[in-house]
Amino acid sequence: MMNYFKLAYRNLGRHRRRSILSGLALAMGTALLMFIAAFFQGEMRSAMETTLRLNSGHLQVLAADYDPDKLSVAWKYLIEKPEQVAAQIETLEQVDVATPRLLASGIVTVQDDSVGVQIMGIDPASKANDPYRHLVSGDFLAADDREGILIGYPLAQNLGLKTGDQLSLLVNTSDGTVDEQMFTVRGIYTTGTTAYDKGIVFLPLAKAQAFSGAGDHASMIFVLLKDREQADAVAAAIPGGSFQVKTWRELNSLLVLVNDFSNAYLTVINLIILGITVTVIVNTLLMSVFERTREIGILSAIGMKGRQIIALFLAEASLLAVGGIAIGALAGWALSVYFGKVGIYFGDLGLSADMLFEDRIYTYLTLESAINLIITAFVFTIIASLYPARMASRMEPVEALHSAQ
Amino acid sequence: MEVAKLTDVTRIYKIGEVETRALNGVSITINDGEFTSLVGPSGSGKTTLLQLIGCLDQPTSGKVVIAGQETTGLSRNQRADLRKGTIGFVFQFFALIPTLTAYENVEMPLLLNGRNAAQRRQRVMELLASVGMTDRANNRPDQLSGGQQQRVAVARALATDPKLILADEPTANLDTENGEQVMEIMKKLNKDTGTTFVFATHDPRVIKYASRVVTLQDGLIVKDSDGNGKS
Ligand SMILES: Nc1ncnc2c1ncn2[C@@H]1O[C@H](COP(=O)(O)OP(=O)(O)O)[C@@H](O)[C@H]1O
Ligand SMILES: [Mg+2]
Repeated sequence: MMNYFKLAYRNLGRHRRRSILSGLALAMGTALLMFIAAFFQGEMRSAMETTLRLNSGHLQVLAADYDPDKLSVAWKYLIEKPEQVAAQIETLEQVDVATPRLLASGIVTVQDDSVGVQIMGIDPASKANDPYRHLVSGDFLAADDREGILIGYPLAQNLGLKTGDQLSLLVNTSDGTVDEQMFTVRGIYTTGTTAYDKGIVFLPLAKAQAFSGAGDHASMIFVLLKDREQADAVAAAIPGGSFQVKTWRELNSLLVLVNDFSNAYLTVINLIILGITVTVIVNTLLMSVFERTREIGILSAIGMKGRQIIALFLAEASLLAVGGIAIGALAGWALSVYFGKVGIYFGDLGLSADMLFEDRIYTYLTLESAINLIITAFVFTIIASLYPARMASRMEPVEALHSAQ
Repeated sequence: MEVAKLTDVTRIYKIGEVETRALNGVSITINDGEFTSLVGPSGSGKTTLLQLIGCLDQPTSGKVVIAGQETTGLSRNQRADLRKGTIGFVFQFFALIPTLTAYENVEMPLLLNGRNAAQRRQRVMELLASVGMTDRANNRPDQLSGGQQQRVAVARALATDPKLILADEPTANLDTENGEQVMEIMKKLNKDTGTTFVFATHDPRVIKYASRVVTLQDGLIVKDSDGNGKS
């Protein structure tokens, strides 16, 4: 066996500065690839996570017959003894928090103005409800509050309500009739998402159950996991039969789509970076092929075959690639870890109805995507190097020797 | 025995519209053990003829048989294979691989022929000794003089024990002393091992070593005679 790498190493050493520069180009390309991937993943992860925590949770455990479009509180659609079910789910190792929620439809009336709302009964103590704890004024709900209600800032604006004001709330009850009662605005919350805040009002779970006639029932157990990628595993661990379990993927198909789209976008950016980087490498190798025309002729004259010449140049390319990519991967990883802790400040990006963006983006790079990028960069470099390598291998020995004389 | 037999060979180079008849119907047989000198003015076709004998190039027409094998229609790789075991080259410029030491340069054809490490080591040291380069084995070409480089090139050409060694003006870039030295080495190898040598030259100091002198002019053989250095 020929030791192609020994030869390749020495050949790279002939133009040390050029080799180092092209290795560095590859390193920068790789670092950039990883950093951009970390940036995108970080942004998507936080947008996704914020949205999931606010809206759907990672999992929702529902009664088998529950229909989310109806918002009915008829008992046959609900989960019985929801606290017990929630407590049981919380014993699962992957589960961070599980809390019952009751959803009912209602109408808020203040003097002549009426607005349709969704009434959500929550356990005020649960940390799953943290996204609603950001208050513009007043206080959060207490579990034993029987007259208090928490409303969103846009709704308060709309109806001219302040903390301490009274409103009339009408609810569709479990037996198909309606009930109405006066509540006092305890506090005004904002999640930053208008579409959400203007349509949802909160009551303590016990009050919501009593008011709507739901008894000891809830519409769902809202579940947050330690790692949302465990959703399918946890869903499988929850006994079926009387329950149906929906994962965040099923509950957020639009968001998942956006995420996929952003991945596709990332792929395009990756290809551009790889294209530029690889051009540098190919250029270096082409220069090297032209400079060594005579040498290739000599090797060919003494019996080196085309594929051995290809192997020689590919060995050079892979040495450059291993060196450059290793340095680049380290740099990219370091940057991603650093900005994953410190974050990159972007100011207020504004808010959209379906996704929440925070004003600081924390980069996030999974080992999987780091490895994918490293392999991709390497494979790209080698494939691109085939062009100069084949060119070298196709030189006719006579012409190669001639060019020297 | 015939090492190489060329029959009515022409080689026409075409650059754009311009055609150059480098060889114009040449027939020549090189026999085993010969020490043949191709002479003739510059441009007469010596290099072209060597390249055809060496399978580095293919004729425009005519037949080339090397070591009993017809070479017409062989692929690049097949030609490389044929060269590898049969033919060694010494060029006018000192054609060593600049990144390899003298030792490694001589070793390269052995590597390409798949010899094992022990065989290689023994053969390389033997060859370097035969060209008087043992003590420079670990020097790179840029640390060697022209004569030393050419001696290493001769050792490399001999590495795989080829039947035929082709040398294109091997002394052209050497001073008298070094030129004589290289020629002495080749002549001695020709005597000791029976290796066939064909070299192109117009150096009279070289021609005196030849056992056969073939004169080329305008792509034709105009004279073929015994030389002074008859073996
Ligand atoms: N690769 C080539 N392309 C075009 N013309 C060539 C080439 N090689 C040689 N020639 C021409 O062929 C003729 C013979 O050249 P060559 O064999 O090199 O002669 P010599 O070695 O005797 O000087 C010359 O006229 C030369 O210009
Ligand atoms: Mg010539």
